[in-house]
This record gives sequence, structure tokens and C-alpha cells, in this order.
Amino acid sequence: MSFVESLCCRECGKAYPISALNACEFCFGPLEVIYDYDSMKGIVSRSKIESGPQTIWRYSDLLPTKASPNLDLSTGFTPLLRADHLAAELGLNSLYLKDDTRNPTGSFKDRVVSVALSKARELGLKVAACPSTGNLANSVAAHAARAGMEAYIFVPSNLEHNKIAMSAIFGGHVIAVDGNYDQVNRLCAELAMLHDDWAFVNVNVRPYYAEGSKTLAFEVAEQLGWQLPDHVVVPIASGSQLTKIYKGFNELTRLGLVPESQVRISGAQAQGCSPVAEAFLSGADYIKPVKPDTIAKSLAIGNPADGWYALETIRKTGGSAAAVSDDELLEGIGLLAKTEGVFAETAGGVTIASLVKLVNSGAIKRDETVVAYITGNGLKTIEALGDRVGPTNTIAPSVDAFEELLRL
Amino acid sequence: MPTTVRIPTQLRSLTGGNSEATVEGATVKEVINNLEKDYPGIGERLLDESGNLRRFVNVYLVDEDIRFLNGLNTEVSPGQSLSIVPAVAGG
Repeated sequence: MSFVESLCCRECGKAYPISALNACEFCFGPLEVIYDYDSMKGIVSRSKIESGPQTIWRYSDLLPTKASPNLDLSTGFTPLLRADHLAAELGLNSLYLKDDTRNPTGSFKDRVVSVALSKARELGLKVAACPSTGNLANSVAAHAARAGMEAYIFVPSNLEHNKIAMSAIFGGHVIAVDGNYDQVNRLCAELAMLHDDWAFVNVNVRPYYAEGSKTLAFEVAEQLGWQLPDHVVVPIASGSQLTKIYKGFNELTRLGLVPESQVRISGAQAQGCSPVAEAFLSGADYIKPVKPDTIAKSLAIGNPADGWYALETIRKTGGSAAAVSDDELLEGIGLLAKTEGVFAETAGGVTIASLVKLVNSGAIKRDETVVAYITGNGLKTIEALGDRVGPTNTIAPSVDAFEELLRL
Repeated sequence: MPTTVRIPTQLRSLTGGNSEATVEGATVKEVINNLEKDYPGIGERLLDESGNLRRFVNVYLVDEDIRFLNGLNTEVSPGQSLSIVPAVAGG
């Protein structure tokens, strides 16, 4: 059975029926999926979830749609890795990595896309589309191929080659737009009004899409033995993921699936695009849009749709925020790889470098149980590493040459 | 010379279903005030009680977000178009 009730404007509270609608008709505020939590009690349980599939769909009672046949690529239930070496390096007692590099197309976006396109089919929408900084493009293209849907993927033309290739290989239309992500996003917001039988996953079906990120909270809690962590570090692009992780933890508490406790939520951004971190650090109560300039392209959203809510969530949970330079994020990628054997894309480098800063500043306490969300695979952004990586030595093809090297 | 304003779906019930409106105005604020005269009710949908642009409304002068220009006081030159676009998208 479905526990979904309606859509509701987060700003003014106006209710709407379940449909392909993302903004309030009155105040333009974002629409949020509302559930009937009272009816879930006694039905949604730990054991019911544990007996479900090893994918995000084990939490389908808390999602706005059911898994659609022949669409899902087995997304989610990615490993929660204990990171003792990195913890020791940072002086933390208990650190975990939520390793979303392992999703079907290598990022957390498979979670939101699987939910969005399942819902899109349920709503009768015909074409899968999105504006994307790359990871979303990869995921929409793959899921559309699997579902047999036509796809239109809009990306900034300066995107990493790997992310263009990983979108194009699935056969959909990949439209490179001469502009930055915010311009691509604005274009798609206007196109969504023209093509109302298309599912722009992060535009007209965004309320459902965003719900997919709650599974990042559900899985962490379940994998910690149905406990909430003390502190999580989440990268911020639009801010949607961070606010939905918060919603996910709250839902688990509300349903009695975990003991009540406050999770502090901290945000990670790159200095070249840090409107939320800047607002947090300066004490502002508004988000000032910026023109992005960072190699962390998957986080390069200068005018984040949920930026204000991310800021509010960080503040009300007692979290913090950090902004790191491109050099620091590249160091972060290396640190994570060398200490834990996990290869993250640039966004993961931002998360790790921010974790380092937050520990050093005291914002993260050494005795907290900390989870860092590693949301994308390093194979996608290899070009960002440039000449930082290469052979450590080059030798002649002889035993002597190698033995000589060892003696040096 | 009047300015063409692109109207989002959310506001078309006020413009008789039209996706574009044509009004005079030397600044974005004047354009919005004149829109309100032609289509009563549209002003409060775009501006909050203090007269500021609502948080989830983006207004573009040609291709630039007016928040990067001079906000509501941004000057509108003859022939330039404005687009009103819901901000809740992307990510």
C-alpha cells in the first residue's frame, strides 16, 4: 500500500494532488511529498525493511512510488565502510564512509533517478530529461536506456569528457549547452513548461526525485545497527541531498525505528562555488548566488534551489560548513584513496577536505561517530587529477633494473 | 518601446493563459508594477510583503539573473526581454 498523501508547499503550506508539479502556484515555493506516518505505525518495521531487496527499494514504504519493472539497476544499499586509517590520521575515534561510488552509474544520483523515473512512468510521462552537471546525466541516460524511454540530457559544454561519454554511450540525446550549469538549469525550467509530458527529473518531478536521497539516511542508520550517527558531512550542490538526509533521519525517529538522537549535519563546498558555506560562515540569512569557478563541477551550482533550506538545516542541527580550495579537494581525493582504498570524484575530495577542516576547527568532536558521504566515483573525474598521478618510476624491462630501483 | 515578459505556467491563470505579456517600464520594478496594472494579483505573487523579489522567483534580463545585476532596480533597455522562472529546479 502507498502512504503518500499529497504534495505540500514548504513555504506557504498550500496542498496539491500528486502530479508532475514542483513549485507552488502561489508563492513558487518547493513542493514536498507528504506521507501518512500514523498509518505506517505497526506496518513499517525494521524486520520488514530487512527482508526487502538489497537496494533503495527496501525502503519503498517511505518513498513516493514503487520500483518500476525493468527500470531499476539495483541502486543503493552501498557499503558503509569503517575508516580507521583515515580516522587515525584525523584523530577521530569513529569514522565511516558511505561509499556511493558503488552505485550503477557511480554516484548517488542513481537513487534519485530511480525514484524519479519510476514516478514519471506512474504519472504517464513519456520522455526522461534533465539539466545536469554530469552525474545526473549519466544516471538519467542509463535508466532511460533500461526503461526504453527516450532521453534528452542537457549539460554545460565544458563538462569533463568522461561524463559526456558516460551519458552519450546510452544512446539518448546529449545536448551540450554553451553556458554554465545555472544557465542550463534555467533553460530546462523553461523547457519543462513547454513539454509537459516530459519528466525533467529535477524540475517537474523534483519533489519525488529529491525523496530518493532520504535512502542515504535510512541506509546509514540501518548499517549502524539501527542507530543514528552523531555527525554527518554532506557535499552541497543544490542543497537537496543535505535536507533530504535530515528528513530521512527524522522519519526513522518518528516511526520509532531508531532511538531518538540529534544528528549534526555539516555541509561541504568548494571555495569556487560556496554560497551556502559563505552564508553560514558570515551569519547571513540569505543565499547570495555566485558564478562558479571550481574543478568540482558536480557541485558547481551557483544559485542552489535548496540552498536556504540546507543553511537552515545546518544551523538547526548544530552542524557547520566548510569551503575548500581546488588544491585542498585534490589532496582530499588522495588522502581518502591512500588511507582507505576508496577513489572518489572531486565532490568526494571536497567532502574529505571539508571533514579535515571541520575536525581541525573543532566543529567535529573527536569522540563523535562521524559519517562522510562519498557520493561519486573517481573514475568520472580523472582529468581533474592532471599530472598529480602517474608512474612512480619508469625502468627498463629487466630484473636488474627493478632490483637496482629497490636498492635506491 | 514596451518590454516582452515571459510568464511561467504558475502565473498564466492571471494572464488569460498567455505565456508572454508586453508592458512598459524603465526598470524591472516598473515592469512588475505595470504588469500588476494589466493583470491584477500578479505583483503579490512575485514580491513579498516588503516589496522584495520572493525567494523562489528568478527574473532574468535577457540571459542574466537580475540578482547579479541591480536587482529590482536593474534598468531595462528598449527591446530587452524579461523572463520570470520558478527557482525550484536543478541539483
